[in-house]
Amino acid sequence: MVCACGKEVVDPKKEKLKELLLQYQGQKGALIPVLQGAQEIYGYLPKEVMEEISRTLKIPFSKVYGVATFYAQFHLKPRGRNVIRACLGTACHVRGGAKVFETLKNELGIGDGETTPDLRFTLESVACIGACGLAPVIMVNDDTYGRLTPDKVKEILAKYE
Amino acid sequence: MRKVLICAGTGCISSGSPKVTEKFQEELSKRGITDIEVYNTGCHGFCEQGPIVIIEPDKTFYCRVEVDDVPEIIEKHLLGGQIVEKVLFHEPQVDKKVEKYTDISFYAKQQRLVLHNCGHINPERIEDYVANGGYEALRKVLTSMSPQEVVDEIKKSGLRGRGGGGFPTGLKWQFTKDAKGDKKYVVCNADEGDPGAFMDRSVLEGDPHAVLEGMAICGYAVGADEGYIYVRAEYPLAIRRLQIAIKQAEEKGYLGENIFGSGFNFRIKIKAGAGAFVCGEETALLTSIEGNRGMPRPRPPFPAVKGLWGKPTNINNVETFANVPLIIKNGADWYASMGTEGSKGTKIFALTGKVNNTGLVEVPMGITMRQIIFDIGGGIKGGKKFKAVQIGGPSGGCLPEELLDLPVDYDSLIKAGAMMGSGGLVVMDETTCMVDVAKFFLNFTQKESCGKCVPCREGTKRMLEILEKITEGKGEPEDLEILEKLAYNIKNSSLCGLGQTAPNPVLSTLRYFRHEYESHIYDKKCPAGVCSALLEYKILEDKCVGCGACARVCPVGAISGERKQPHKIDPEKCIKCGSCMEKCKFGAIVKG
Repeated sequence: MVCACGKEVVDPKKEKLKELLLQYQGQKGALIPVLQGAQEIYGYLPKEVMEEISRTLKIPFSKVYGVATFYAQFHLKPRGRNVIRACLGTACHVRGGAKVFETLKNELGIGDGETTPDLRFTLESVACIGACGLAPVIMVNDDTYGRLTPDKVKEILAKYE
Repeated sequence: MRKVLICAGTGCISSGSPKVTEKFQEELSKRGITDIEVYNTGCHGFCEQGPIVIIEPDKTFYCRVEVDDVPEIIEKHLLGGQIVEKVLFHEPQVDKKVEKYTDISFYAKQQRLVLHNCGHINPERIEDYVANGGYEALRKVLTSMSPQEVVDEIKKSGLRGRGGGGFPTGLKWQFTKDAKGDKKYVVCNADEGDPGAFMDRSVLEGDPHAVLEGMAICGYAVGADEGYIYVRAEYPLAIRRLQIAIKQAEEKGYLGENIFGSGFNFRIKIKAGAGAFVCGEETALLTSIEGNRGMPRPRPPFPAVKGLWGKPTNINNVETFANVPLIIKNGADWYASMGTEGSKGTKIFALTGKVNNTGLVEVPMGITMRQIIFDIGGGIKGGKKFKAVQIGGPSGGCLPEELLDLPVDYDSLIKAGAMMGSGGLVVMDETTCMVDVAKFFLNFTQKESCGKCVPCREGTKRMLEILEKITEGKGEPEDLEILEKLAYNIKNSSLCGLGQTAPNPVLSTLRYFRHEYESHIYDKKCPAGVCSALLEYKILEDKCVGCGACARVCPVGAISGERKQPHKIDPEKCIKCGSCMEKCKFGAIVKG
C-alpha cells in the first residue's frame, strides 16, 4: 500500500499475517493452524487472505477454501464483536436450552449463525460446550453462563458492548 | 498446613470461582495470615454446585460459595474452627447438610482412580503431580521394563478404549509396535464432541500430566518419539493447561531428549481442532492433523499400520491414556481385579439431565445404572418419574426403566442396543418426549455428517425428515417400517463410526418406546407434552381466578377474558409457546 505522499504504509494486520505465514512455512499440516491464526487477526477469513495463504503455502486455493468451509470454526463473513454460542446439546436440550435460544433470537432480532447489523453480536447454536452440569448454558466470547432461564438473557447481553 | 482448594474448572469459573479465589487471597493477606495456602485445582466433577471450595485437611466441602461468604469462612472456620453451615452441601435424599466430601453420597459411592488428582492438586504446578507419585510410572517403564513388557502389562490389565469403541488397548499397542517403520506416532484423541460428555475436558483441565505420562509410556512401548494431542478448539482452558504442563514436563526432563537417562526421546505437540464432530473418528482426526478436511477413510489399513502421514500411529482417547500410569504403578492384576469379565477398571460418566446431582462420576465397570442415577445422582429432579437414560451420545441409545439393573459394561450395553460411547449419561423424566430425543440426535448427526459416503449423508437426512413429519403430527403408519429399514441400511453401509451408529438413538427408542411413536402417528398426541404441533393449551375454568397475567404475557394476544372471570385461549391464534403456563400461579393452564 502506498500513501499519497509516496511513503509505504504498513498494514498491521498484513504484517501479522506475514509473520504467521513465515512461522508455518514448510511445516507439515500447517493449513489449519494458519487459518486459525489468520482468523484471529482478521476476525474472519476474507477472500484475499485465503488467496495469500494459498500462494505462500503453495496449497491450491480450492483446498484452502475446502478446509475453511468444512470446519465450523471458520467464517467467511465478518463477525460480531461478541460471539454468543448457545448450547443446544442433549443436557441443555432436556433442560430448556431451546427457550433460552429463542429468547436470544428475539432479543437480538437475528437467527442462528447471523450477526446484528451493528456488528455487536453474532449468534450461533452449538451442540455441546462441555459444561453440561450447568445446563442450560451459553457462552459469550470466553465467558460461560450456566443455570440459565430466559429472563436472565437481557442482563447478560447488557454486559457486552 | 491448612489448605484452601478452590476449583478452577470451566464449570466453577463460570459460576464465579476466580472472584472467590481473589477474595480469599485478599482477606488472608489483609489479616496477615501466611500459614494458610490458597490454590486453584481442576474439576471436582460436581459442577452444578460450583464454585466449590475445599478446606484440607478437614475435608470440608463448601459449595455455591459467593464472594460475600469468604470473610465468614476465614473468621469462623479457618480461625475459629467452626463449620460455616450455610455453604455446606444439602443432601436432597436425607434432607441434611453434609460437612465432609467423603460423606456426600455423590462422592462416597464413587471410585475415583483416574480422577483422584482432579480437584486436589494444582494442575498448573508439576510439583503437585510429582508429589502424588506422578511420572513414577514413566520412570519405572524406562528404567526397568522392555517395550514388550509394557505392552504385555497393558494387555493383561484388560484396559479397553475409553473413547467409545472399547477396543482392547494392549492389542492396539501391539499392532503399532509390530508395524514396520522408521517413524511412528502416538496420538491422543481429545476431540470430545459427544453432546453430554465432558470427562476428557475435566481430566485435561484437572490433571493434564496424567495424560502426558500415559502418552510417553505408550511412545516407549510402541517405539514412537513424537505425540500429538488433538483438542477441540471449544476447550480453551484445556489447551492452556496442556501447554503449561508440556512446558513444565520438558523443563523437568520428563519429556524431551534422553528421558531419565534412558536414551528415550519423546515430544508432544498440541493441535487445536476446528469444530467438526466427525474428527473424533480416528482416521478423520488424522486427516485433520495433516491439514485437510476431516473426512474418514476406509479401514484397513488401520492407523496402527498406516496412520499419520502414512506412518504407524497409535491413537487412544484421553481417559485411556490417563489410566495407563495407574496400571503401570499398581500392576495389571490390581487393575483387572476391578470391573466385569470383559470390562476392567473404572469408567467416568458425565451424569446430566433431569437428575438431582449432575456431574462427573467415576465408578467401577459393572455397577448398575440404578446405582449411578439414584445412589450417586440422588434420583430424579423435582420428584418426577424416571423415563429413560440416554447413554453414549449420538452413537448410543435410550434405555428404559426395565434395564436400570443392567450391569454397565461394554458388552451389556451393546446387547441392549446402546453403547458405552464416551460415557455421557443424560437422564430423562416423564416430561421428555422420546421421539423428540431421537429427532434431536438425528438432527445432530445429520448436520455433522461429513458428506463423503452416501448412506450417512443422504440416509440421515431422510430419517430426520420422517421424524420431523411424525413430531408435526403428519406421521403415517408405514413410517416406522421405513425408518427401521433405513436405519439398518445406514448402519450396514456407512463408511465410518459416525454413520454406522447414527441410527442407534432411533432404533433404541423404537425398541423400547414404540408406543410413543404410535401415539404421535395414530392419536396425533405427544404423551410427554413436548411436540408443540400436537399440543393444545387450555385454561381450567374452575382454577382460573381471572387475574389476567396470562393474557398480558401472551405474545400473540390469543388469551381473552373479563377480569375476575375465567379466561380463554383462542387455539387459532395460539403459537404454543408455553409462556402463559409458566406465568400462571394457580396451575390453571394445562397442555395436552
